Amino acid sequence: MKVHVDMNLCQAHGECVFAAPDVFELHDDDSLTWVEEIGEDRRAEVEQAIQVCPMMAIKLEG
Amino acid sequence: MRIVVVGASLAGLRAAQALRAAGHADEVVVIGDEARRPYTRPPLSKELLVGDHTVEQCDFPSGELDVEWRLGVAAVGLDRDAREVVLEDGARVPYDRLIVATGCRARPWTGPGAELDGLHTLRDLDDALALRAALTDGRPRVAVVGAGFVGAEVASTARRLGLDVTLIDVAPHPLLPLGPLLGGRTAGMHRERGVDLKLSMGVEGFRGDDHVEAVVLADGSEIAADVVVVALGAIPNTDWLAGSGLTLDPGLVCDATLTSLDDPDVLGAGDVVSWPHPLADDTTIRVEHWTNAAEQGAAAARNALAPPAERTPYRAAPYFWSDQYDVKIQAVGLPGRAERIELVEQSPEGDRLVAVGVRDGRVVAAIAFNAVRRLAWYRRQLADPPAFEKLAAAVAEDPRSLGAPVQADAAGAAAQGGPAR
Ligand SMILES: Cc1cc2nc3c(=O)[nH]c(=O)nc-3n(C[C@H](O)[C@H](O)[C@H](O)COP(=O)(O)OP(=O)(O)OC[C@H]3O[C@@H](n4cnc5c(N)ncnc54)[C@H](O)[C@@H]3O)c2cc1C
Ligand code: SF4
Repeated sequence: MKVHVDMNLCQAHGECVFAAPDVFELHDDDSLTWVEEIGEDRRAEVEQAIQVCPMMAIKLEG
Repeated sequence: MRIVVVGASLAGLRAAQALRAAGHADEVVVIGDEARRPYTRPPLSKELLVGDHTVEQCDFPSGELDVEWRLGVAAVGLDRDAREVVLEDGARVPYDRLIVATGCRARPWTGPGAELDGLHTLRDLDDALALRAALTDGRPRVAVVGAGFVGAEVASTARRLGLDVTLIDVAPHPLLPLGPLLGGRTAGMHRERGVDLKLSMGVEGFRGDDHVEAVVLADGSEIAADVVVVALGAIPNTDWLAGSGLTLDPGLVCDATLTSLDDPDVLGAGDVVSWPHPLADDTTIRVEHWTNAAEQGAAAARNALAPPAERTPYRAAPYFWSDQYDVKIQAVGLPGRAERIELVEQSPEGDRLVAVGVRDGRVVAAIAFNAVRRLAWYRRQLADPPAFEKLAAAVAEDPRSLGAPVQADAAGAAAQGGPAR
């Protein structure tokens, strides 16, 4: 499964980091990075992140 | 088991999605009085209002959700004996479990001048489109009454559109729950960007023939205005529950598991719910923030599927954000319940900071201005509220801290609080 974040939408709220700390990471300059390819074991976490992202910036494919 | 959700916005949508995600295969009915599928409200005072986002960008993806939508029709009553929701068109919708997610509406102005054209409130998409049309028609002079989050955001958006803006509040500083220190900062931020702030100043009413021409202030003076935004907070939509026997305060009063105090088959989620929270010593709170509505929708849905004894409490620390100009304000916990707000870290330039709210010596809230990443740490601490001294000491030793706060700031902020009457 592939995780996409639309960086035109993302406003670095950090909600995704809270929901899925192993997948998303916020850096000192408030920029966001994430693990692009995840396994089934991380699906629930990422779906939770999708639900709480205020900007609807996260998508999961596959 | 047939589950009916009343209110087709964030909390209602997340509830319906969580029911399906939990494997609930029976009927789910979502009733909403707005004709449109659920959309997100925060851009209504920000991205949509300024013109950066389209209406479609506010829509939540809901196309694949397998539920029965009953949109454009309000619930007008609840018959708990028959276990039916009564709709305005006379239809009765039976339920086994009911999730109340009817949110809030904007508190209207009811004083002198309430009938004038040019007065706006902001809660739904139609309000936002009407306000945007008014703000982009020529160069109107804008007055915003109420410097809470929505009012302050509208003022910021109107300034970004290049308009003259007056922001009026009877309180001594904007964003009352954040206290005088951060409220004073916010006041300074608006002043620097050219907003005319009238603080500690009540509004008598509005003057004009058909269209508003001026705001009449408590001291008798007037502020000329073509567009007035009344941003006096929100009222829970529980009128339809009057006579149902459910306890209303006026929010729907629930226990820690978001279950109505009076009926285990009725649960609530989002802006409409009052429920006991550990950060408020288990007294009831009502929270009008996006993340709370999203999370409670899902939590209420999971609990609706469980027998009462197996339901789990919803105890997440409330979280919200507000965007004003280039400043992102974020808070976790209950700043409004704090006895004092203390600055704990601040960048040398003073543009980024974190403050904490303290009650009974414990940290019950953290507020960040442009310090997203720092806030995550504070949010974790609130799971078990630390003593203020302990937290302050940990921050002082943390190499990731933005820096030691400059204490002179407190005096400066207080001085910015505006004239007292
Ligand atoms: C302009 C604006 C800006 C905001 N910005 C932020 C922000 O930056 N950050 C943040 O954290 N929060 C923000 N919020 C708050 C956030 O949008 C709310 O917390 C959230 O919308 C609450 O969701 P809800 O589903 O509980 O209620 P609501 O969104 O109020 O939805 C309730 C729904 O129920 C419907 N309804 C009501 N009564 C009935 C009835 N009798 N029958 C059928 N349907 C009914 C309503 O029409 C509505 O569609 C903002 C709100 C507004 C208005
Ligand atoms: S929650 Fe959404 S907006 Fe916030 S950092 Fe994650 S992707 Fe960006």
